[in-house]
Amino acid sequence: MKYLYYPGCSLKCTGRAYEESLLAVFKALKIDYTEIEDWNCCGATAYMAVDEVNAFSIAARNLALAEKQFEKEEEIQVIAPCAACYMVLIKTMKYLNESPALKEKTVHALKEAGLNFTGRVKVRHPLDVLINDIGIEAIAKAKKHPLKGIKVASYYGCQTVRPYSTFDDQRDPQTMDNLVKALGAEPVDWPLKTRCCGGSLTGTVAEVGLPLSYILLKEAARHGADVVVTACPLCQFNLECYQTDINKKFNEDINLPVMYFSQLMGLAMDIPQKELGMQRLFVKPEKVLKTVKGGEPAYV
Amino acid sequence: MSSTNGNGSPRIGFYVCHCGHNIASVVNVEEVQKFVATLPGVIVSRDYKYMCSDPGQELIQNDIKEFKLNRIVVASCSPLLHEHTFRVAAEKGGLNPYYFHMINIRENVSWVNTDKVMATEKAKDLARAGIQRVFFHKPLIKKEVPINPAVMIVGGGIAGIHAALTIANAGKRVYLVEREATIGGHMAMFDKTFPTLDCAACILTPKMSAVKNNPNITLWTYAEVEKVEGFVGSYKATVRHKPRYIKEDLCVGCMDCIDACIYKEAKYPDEFNQGLSMRKPVYIPFPQATPQVVLVDPETCIDFKSRRCKKTCIEACDRDAIDLHQIDTYEEIEVGTIILSTGFKPFDAKRAPQYGYGKHQNVFTALEVERLVNASGPTNGEVLTRDGKKPKSVGIIHCVGSRDAKTNKWCSRVCCMYSLKLAHLIKEHTDAEVYNFYIDMRTPGKGYEEFYDKLLKEGVHFIRGRVAEVTDWALMPEEKDRLTIRVEDTLIGTVRRIPVDMVVLATGLVPRDDAQEIRRMFNISCSNEGFFLERHPKLAPVSTFTDGIFIAGACQGPKDIPDSVAQAGAAAAEALSLICAGKIELEPNTAQIIEKDCSGCKSCIPLCPYSAITFKDDIQKAYINEALCKGCGTCVAACPSGSIIQNLFEDEEIFSEIDGLLKFAGLETGALCSTEMEVQ
Amino acid sequence: MDKTIESKKFAPGSNGGSIRRTIKYENELDKNFAKKIADIAHGEAMYNCIQCGTCSATCPVSHYMDFTPRKIIAMVREGFKDEVLSSSTVWMCASCYSCTVECPKEIKITDVMYALKREAIAGGYYPKHFPTPALATSFFDQVKKNGRSSEGPLLVKVFLKTNPFKMFGNALLGWKLWKTGRMSMKSEKIKDRKGFAKLLNGLDKVKEVAVK
Repeated sequence: MKYLYYPGCSLKCTGRAYEESLLAVFKALKIDYTEIEDWNCCGATAYMAVDEVNAFSIAARNLALAEKQFEKEEEIQVIAPCAACYMVLIKTMKYLNESPALKEKTVHALKEAGLNFTGRVKVRHPLDVLINDIGIEAIAKAKKHPLKGIKVASYYGCQTVRPYSTFDDQRDPQTMDNLVKALGAEPVDWPLKTRCCGGSLTGTVAEVGLPLSYILLKEAARHGADVVVTACPLCQFNLECYQTDINKKFNEDINLPVMYFSQLMGLAMDIPQKELGMQRLFVKPEKVLKTVKGGEPAYV
Repeated sequence: MSSTNGNGSPRIGFYVCHCGHNIASVVNVEEVQKFVATLPGVIVSRDYKYMCSDPGQELIQNDIKEFKLNRIVVASCSPLLHEHTFRVAAEKGGLNPYYFHMINIRENVSWVNTDKVMATEKAKDLARAGIQRVFFHKPLIKKEVPINPAVMIVGGGIAGIHAALTIANAGKRVYLVEREATIGGHMAMFDKTFPTLDCAACILTPKMSAVKNNPNITLWTYAEVEKVEGFVGSYKATVRHKPRYIKEDLCVGCMDCIDACIYKEAKYPDEFNQGLSMRKPVYIPFPQATPQVVLVDPETCIDFKSRRCKKTCIEACDRDAIDLHQIDTYEEIEVGTIILSTGFKPFDAKRAPQYGYGKHQNVFTALEVERLVNASGPTNGEVLTRDGKKPKSVGIIHCVGSRDAKTNKWCSRVCCMYSLKLAHLIKEHTDAEVYNFYIDMRTPGKGYEEFYDKLLKEGVHFIRGRVAEVTDWALMPEEKDRLTIRVEDTLIGTVRRIPVDMVVLATGLVPRDDAQEIRRMFNISCSNEGFFLERHPKLAPVSTFTDGIFIAGACQGPKDIPDSVAQAGAAAAEALSLICAGKIELEPNTAQIIEKDCSGCKSCIPLCPYSAITFKDDIQKAYINEALCKGCGTCVAACPSGSIIQNLFEDEEIFSEIDGLLKFAGLETGALCSTEMEVQ
Repeated sequence: MDKTIESKKFAPGSNGGSIRRTIKYENELDKNFAKKIADIAHGEAMYNCIQCGTCSATCPVSHYMDFTPRKIIAMVREGFKDEVLSSSTVWMCASCYSCTVECPKEIKITDVMYALKREAIAGGYYPKHFPTPALATSFFDQVKKNGRSSEGPLLVKVFLKTNPFKMFGNALLGWKLWKTGRMSMKSEKIKDRKGFAKLLNGLDKVKEVAVK
């Protein structure tokens, strides 16, 4: 099975570690992926706030590029790791297929750019691909250091599971938890798996955004988590990088490591830490690294 | 081809109605009348102001006698309104009623056209079509079938019980078939009923006793209907008696066997108490079960698993009523009418996972709380959380599963009222702070709004807001280790977080799991939602499209006890109406197989929506049961060899009508019928 | 009447003793507003709102909004255009989609919020220094020009637009991000910017068709 890979803008910047670790894991699991050529920004949440049809169209451009690049393939599957990109691409596919007027406008505009959209693309989340295409058993077999005794809180965030995702339950998702179990760690059952971290509000309206991330960190810690894993670059950024601000504002001393699930996978699969972008983390996941051989990370 | 059809060459009387201004203001009725007078076969052509009136009908009758008419055509309103009226008039005049044909020039012409010229032309075309058609009408005879006075009632809840008593008291035999080990249904589980707060058992058990003691009622519990054959007036049902492993006529319900059972402690979830308490393998559903007979659960009784139990139960029974070797037995009965009162099923609260049922232990369904407040329930009437504590605050969430596009779109009608009732009972039993979270307060019945008023006085908190989530994560010290409800108090206009010790989910009412199987067995339909379908939502709520089968109670749609009882009475009355008449006339527009032409291909059989066609293996031909046939025409159209005909819609009738319609355009079909008629 | 009662105990949302006249006349409403907002994909569902309040109950930031999502839908339906577009609500929405998932009438509330955001920007209803719309418009401009967003230059632009002094407060965070290689001032661009511009121009050319 050949996949196309859509990184999205965040994965080239603040979310670099996500791309690095995910691609390293893909390579180790021999997943055949190719980056979409000359992909553009999906529009995330901001583009839709300014112009609806434009937003759908620029997202559709990526789908059209995918169709062009994999024209000869039987199935066109695009892996979009960033939660926002994933949601935007699936939403675009759905709305274009359901609304003939919108589709007509978009197809017309895409033709001006020399592209065509027929609606053949299937948008997949990396968790979906790992659990359903590769399979839990294969992942369990691929691990070399079972993460014994590590309690992991899986944080799915909003747009991985809401509102269009088809591969997991919207209110009580399990894929990341199952992945964590397959790596030998212990998934923590906590109630805020899918509660919003605040998104861009932590930066723009900190008074509203910071408490949201704070609540998540406290609850994860309260349920005994040693580390939080996420599937969204903005969630990871909010939960990890704002811990200093949160500690200051709420008079706390939270030092909870927050990683990408692919980084956790990579550690268990004995992929060199530099390849997983571990040096980009703000909070050292000491306990996790102690269970892994040669756990001397390079840190900020 | 001359079309005499039994009474000489056609002598047609044609009548066009003005219908006041309804028709005459658009259609030039005189012109139509004059035109039709020129058509072959028409002896009399009249127009009249109100054909359906007495003088109008008398006109028809007198003309038949005076002019020796043998066909009548009336051009007026929709046949749905007055076809029957005019058929009766023709019959009174001495003609077979099926020599009458009706043309609609009101709904089909005057009410949908403004151009008077075009409308009149259309009326003329329709008239000509009707005149040509009526030539070929045959003198059909209505078939009569007798009605067996016995009635089978399926489902022994309050609706079934009431229907059974009504019919039995009229002196007719009733077979009341109930699949559980006792009658009583859901009502037997309730503590008090709204709005009077009558004790449910107190008002139900006298009726249950009456059923047991009525000599006209044959009560079969722990029995299910396996097969139904036949048609209105002569149904044959096969009932399967499930083995209780107890001889019903010997057991007196002393329950010594239960005490003596080898299990010293009850270990199995008690279904009647919603799993909140345990029972032994031998048990009685509840103390007032009717019949007062225990039963043995073969899944849990040791003797069934190993055949090596000491059988202390048999020892203890001094009436020798236990027989662990019973098997299913079957019995066939013949009845004339059937009433289905199979009831409802509560919505499965697990389908609304955001409320945490099954996840957080102190989230209960309404039915579970009914059992808790009941003095003969699992906690003897004490309202306790699953960890045995008295709750200090309780949240009741309305509309669980109802009014939701993702689960059930409908409103379940009773939940607001029972939530008010539970609020009252919980407060009475615990003095806790009670919060009702609702979207709308639906209290339409008699005394219901006054009940709401009473609750308001009791200090129950009514918060208008649909609860999004029941959660255990705390934001305030008061919420720690409790269940918190986050809701928008829409009336005051603020978001609130309310910690409670116990959450009660007002689950809605849904059709039973086997509703589709049951409806197929009885040859009726279900609505989109899955409840049994009534013949007409306003005017025929208890009859179905299958003659002789009636529905009553919650199986037709969510409803409370007064409405269930009312429907049960209505269904009983409809059944009695058939029984008293003793016979029923069936419309003759049925289909028939022309046996010599039938090739035995069986194409028609699966197509019949009323299961009226069977296959006669001995002669290898299809056979249509006239009593079941509703004249829909599907098989007639589908038959590849054209060997099915339908009364009143035979080929000649239809083709002549088409020919008549198309004549003005010069499009002679030149088909089956000859346009040369013999004219007197 | 102009004497406000001295007290430190006024709850948020109360008038604190002063008199405020609140009445809405029909001629002050915009009767076409509802139709305009409902003119998005699946927008007709908005008319079926039964005001149950589930959206507000599940929204993680509804208690910060001046009008909760439920109120917004009611106000949009009735034509309270000015109030809705000047509210803080639309800018507080983080598009978490919880409301859309929980709504029993399957109203796409998040999409309604987006429509309101667009109307607010188009109508100039937001204060220029409010960070969220500034982020949205800067993001839009950047992607329109380059085809990609570059977080570093974007954040700088937003701070400059709204509150330059905030940059100092975030200096430590910015430095840490730069050190871990998670922040760069490079402007990401796609290769086929010409084709991209053609795509966007092509949309402008197509006649305004209702997006249904």
